[in-house]
Amino acid sequence: MVENGEKEQKAHTIVIAVENKSGVLARIAGLFSARGYNIDSLCVSETEDPSISKMTLTVKGDERILEQIYKQLNKLIDVIKVFDLTEGDFIDRELALVKVKTLNAAARQDIMQIASIFRAKVVDIGRQSLTLEVAGKTSKVNAMIEMLKSYGIKEMIKTGKIAMAREFNQKK
Amino acid sequence: MTGAEIMVEALKKEGVDIIFGYPGGVLLPLCDKLYDSGINVILVRHEQGAAHAADGYARSSGRVGVCMATSGPGATNLVTGIATAYMDSVPVVAITGQVATHLIGSDAFQEVDITGITRPITKHNYLIKDVKDITRTVKEAFYIAKSGRPGPVLIDLPVDVQRAEGKFEYPDEIEIRSYKPTYEGHPLQIERAWKAIKEAKRPLFLVGGGVISSGASEHLRNFVEKTGIPVVFTLMGLGSIPGDHPLALGMLGMHGTKYANYAVVESDLLIAVGCRFDDRITGKIETFAPHAKIIHIDIDPSSISKNIVVDIPIVGDAKNILSKLVENAEKLHIEAWVKKIMDWKEKHPLTYEKNGLKPQYIIEKLSGMLPDDAIICTEVGQNQMWTAQYYKFRKPRTLVTSGGLGTMGFGFPAAIGTQVANPDKIVLDIAGDGSIQMNIQELATAVYNKLPVKIIILNNRCLGMVRQWQQLFYKKRYAFTCLEDAEPDFVKLADAYGAIGYRVNSTEEFDKIIPKVLKEKEKPVLVDCWICEEENVFPMVPAGASLDQMLEGLA
Repeated sequence: MVENGEKEQKAHTIVIAVENKSGVLARIAGLFSARGYNIDSLCVSETEDPSISKMTLTVKGDERILEQIYKQLNKLIDVIKVFDLTEGDFIDRELALVKVKTLNAAARQDIMQIASIFRAKVVDIGRQSLTLEVAGKTSKVNAMIEMLKSYGIKEMIKTGKIAMAREFNQKK
Repeated sequence: MTGAEIMVEALKKEGVDIIFGYPGGVLLPLCDKLYDSGINVILVRHEQGAAHAADGYARSSGRVGVCMATSGPGATNLVTGIATAYMDSVPVVAITGQVATHLIGSDAFQEVDITGITRPITKHNYLIKDVKDITRTVKEAFYIAKSGRPGPVLIDLPVDVQRAEGKFEYPDEIEIRSYKPTYEGHPLQIERAWKAIKEAKRPLFLVGGGVISSGASEHLRNFVEKTGIPVVFTLMGLGSIPGDHPLALGMLGMHGTKYANYAVVESDLLIAVGCRFDDRITGKIETFAPHAKIIHIDIDPSSISKNIVVDIPIVGDAKNILSKLVENAEKLHIEAWVKKIMDWKEKHPLTYEKNGLKPQYIIEKLSGMLPDDAIICTEVGQNQMWTAQYYKFRKPRTLVTSGGLGTMGFGFPAAIGTQVANPDKIVLDIAGDGSIQMNIQELATAVYNKLPVKIIILNNRCLGMVRQWQQLFYKKRYAFTCLEDAEPDFVKLADAYGAIGYRVNSTEEFDKIIPKVLKEKEKPVLVDCWICEEENVFPMVPAGASLDQMLEGLA
C-alpha cells in the first residue's frame, strides 16, 4: 500500500540467517529493489556454522511493510530464518573509519580528545589528517562523526550495523 | 556416466516423459543423450513456445511441465513463459544449457546470466557447477516446483558439466532446511472462521486458482452445497465448481458479472480461498467489499494482507482446510441473501446484441456443445474475457489462461502442451487475430506431432482490448491497434503449414462448420471467425473505480 505516508515509519533491525551460497545476497537485494523497500544498511558475514551466513539489515517502514518484508524474505528458498530484533532487547554495533583534517596542532589535540571521549582509536596519521576507528551503537558513532564535521571530514566509511538478540531477552 | 546421462536418468526418476524444447550449441550433450532415451522431446519452433507448452501441460494435468533451451538467446526466449508460469503459480522446470564453467563471466558466445535474469520470476533457480550436484538439484527442483505454492524452477547446466564423468545416485528423500511449506491450517483459525461463517448474514465465497491447483474442488462444492453459500470466481478459479451450478455467480472484477460484483459489494463475509486480491478483481482497493469481514485461506503467507487487510487469515493448503471446514458444515439461513443475488442475476444477466457473428455467440455455442472435459486455452485480451464470461467451465483444469502476466501468444503453445497431456480430450485455443500471430509458428509443431488443437480466432482486425480502452478513455484515437491493412489470410496460412483452415462470416457458417472441426483427430484446425469489429467486453469496471461502478455498453 502506498497511501501510508501518515503511518509510523519505524526503523527495524532485521537479522536474516541464509544458506552460505553464491547468489543469495543478490536474491535478497533483488527482492528489496523489486518491491520498492529501502535498505538503510546491510552487513553480511559467515557465522559459527560455515554453511550459514547472517545478514543484518536496517530498514524503515510501517507495520504492514515490515510484515510483507518478513514474509517475502521467508518465501525465498535460501532464507533459513528471519528475526526482527526490534521486538526485543538486542546488542548492536557498528564500526566507522573516519579520516579527519588536522590543519594545525590545536586541531589535532582537539580531535584526539574527542576520540578519547568516544573511545575511538587513532589508526593512521598523516601530515594534515588523523584516521579514527570508532565502534559502538550507531547513535554513538554518529555523534562522534557529528563532532568531527567542523574539522572537515576527508573520507569516511561505515560497516553498517551488526546485531544479536540478548541472552536474557525482554519482549517489548 | 556423463553429466548429460545423469540428467536424463534424474528426469526419468521424476517421471518425466515429455520435454518441450529447442536445441543449441551448449545443449548438445544433453540433446544427444535424450535422443534415444525414451523421453519424448517435442521440438517447438521458438523457445517461448516450449515454455508455454510446458505450462499448458502442467496446468491441464497437474503434473510438472518441463521445457529446455540452449544458452543465451534460447534461455532469454524462455523468460516470458517462465514469468507467465510464475505469476499463475504453475509447476514448470526449465532446463537451460550454459557455456562451460571456465567461460562463465567472460561474455562468451551465447552467454547470458540466466539465473540472474530469472531470479525475480522463478520460485528458485540453480546453476550447477559440479557434476555431483546434478541429482540433488533435479530432486530439489521438482520438489520445490510442485510443493507449497507451486512455481517455475530453472536449472542452468553448463556444457562441461554435461560432459563431465560422475556417478548416478538418486536421493529418495529430500530435506531442505529453509523450505517447509505449511499445509495444515491452524485449528483455532479454522474454528474462528467457522464461527464467522455461522454468524454471517451475507456470506460469499471468493475462489481463486489455489482451489484448482490444490485439488480442492470437490471439498469446495461439498461445503457450498451443504451451507448454500454463493460463489464468485477469479479468472484462475473458473471451473473449480461448475459454472452452471445454481450458486455459481461467474467471475468478479473488471469484467465480472454485475451480480458477482454486487454480491461482493454487499457481502458481510468474504471467504477467499486460494486467491491473491489482484487489482483486476478488487477495483479501487479502499471500497472493495466495504461491509465484509474477510477470511483468507492461502498456502502463501505473503499473499495474506498484502493488498487487502484480512480479518481471519488461515495459512495452509486449500484442500486440507476446506476438508476440515466441511466436517461441521450445515445449512445456513441465508435465504434472503441468496434471493437478493438471484434477483440480480435475473435482472442483470450477461447480454449482447444478437446481430451478425458475435464473439459472445461463438463462446456460448461452444459452451453448449462441447463435452464437460474439453479444455479451453485462451490468448489474452477480449477473447479471454468473453471466454471467461460466456463459457460455463464445468470441471477444474479445463481453462488454461494467462491470468497474472496476461501474456499474448500464450494460448496456442499452451494448447499444444495441453493436447500432449490430454491426447483424448478436445482442446481449443480461443484466440484473437493479434495474439495468435505472436506464436503462430507453433502450427508446425502441432502439425508434425499430429495434435488436433482447434484454434478459434475471434478476428476483429484489431487489437481489441486495447482498442476498447482507446474508444472509452482515449477519445477514439486508435494508436497502433489496427491490424486490418496487413491481416494475413489465416486459412492460407493454416494450409501452408499443413493444417486445416476455415473462414466463417456468419452464425450460420459457424454453426455448420463447427461439428466438423470438433471431429478432427489428426491435424490442427484453424477457424478464422470474422466478428464485428466494434464489439466490446461489458460490463467493465474502469481501472481504479469501485466494483459497483460498472460501464454497461456504449450509446
